[in-house]
Amino acid sequence: MGAPVGSTGDEYEVVVERGKIAEFAAAMRSEDPAYAGPDAVVPPTFLASATLWRPASGQVSLGFDRKRLLHGEQEYVFHGPPPRAGQRLRAVDRVTERYSKPGRRGGEMSFAVVVTEFRDDDGRLVAEARGTFIERAARPATEGGGS
Amino acid sequence: MSGAPAAGIEVGTRPPARDIGPLTTRMFVRYAGASGDFNPIHYDDAMARSAGYPSVFAQGMLSAALLSGYAVEWLGADGVRRFAVRFREQVYPGDVLTCSGVVASVRATDEGTLVGVELQATVGERAAVTATAEFLLSG
Repeated sequence: MGAPVGSTGDEYEVVVERGKIAEFAAAMRSEDPAYAGPDAVVPPTFLASATLWRPASGQVSLGFDRKRLLHGEQEYVFHGPPPRAGQRLRAVDRVTERYSKPGRRGGEMSFAVVVTEFRDDDGRLVAEARGTFIERAARPATEGGGS
Repeated sequence: MSGAPAAGIEVGTRPPARDIGPLTTRMFVRYAGASGDFNPIHYDDAMARSAGYPSVFAQGMLSAALLSGYAVEWLGADGVRRFAVRFREQVYPGDVLTCSGVVASVRATDEGTLVGVELQATVGERAAVTATAEFLLSG
């Protein structure tokens, strides 16, 4: 069984790096000057790369079978301008929802929502990432979106 | 700091659509490195086939990033306040993503004009990813 609602991983540090922003912008084929230079801001989905900073102890275990795991939705919220190069953030992952629905072809689909809060050194909430993960029903199903 | 000026932005405003691609496995590899998502199903054909897919396919988050780039080009990198994406269909090497968007809401706030948009990236008639986003614009 996976971690219940309210479970959190250990806090971890995320440093917003100028080179990483440039690499991410290149991967998204953006030449926006806002993503270059010492004051580069992060692209809207850049915080996906925060997992590179996350130790095993920072992760919440959903208990889902990796072979049936889908990423259904992903949201980023910025409580002000997006973070900039050089900023140090502290991140905590938390399970906020778990529920299940009947699969379209029988069985049960399980859903879990994991929210990562990113705070600055003063504890101010800078950004949130909200991922919805789905474990497909055990038997049938070869369809469905996600990655 | 907020994004681009809000002048000329109203509900129903649509920027020109933009095609991205054809996508390549190399782009998936590049995104894997940038994001840290090294699931081999996105760059190892044998692995993808053994999992029942015709070939490797793009990370859903790559399509999301490309769609976000389209939105940022339109509304400005500094202005983004929310970006929420739903993954719908796989995107394969050779596919061309067509990004489009429309303004769904415009609201004056103390800090500027908060613009809500609906976005989608399609392959032909299929929606690969859809998104909603909010950008804070000046004025």
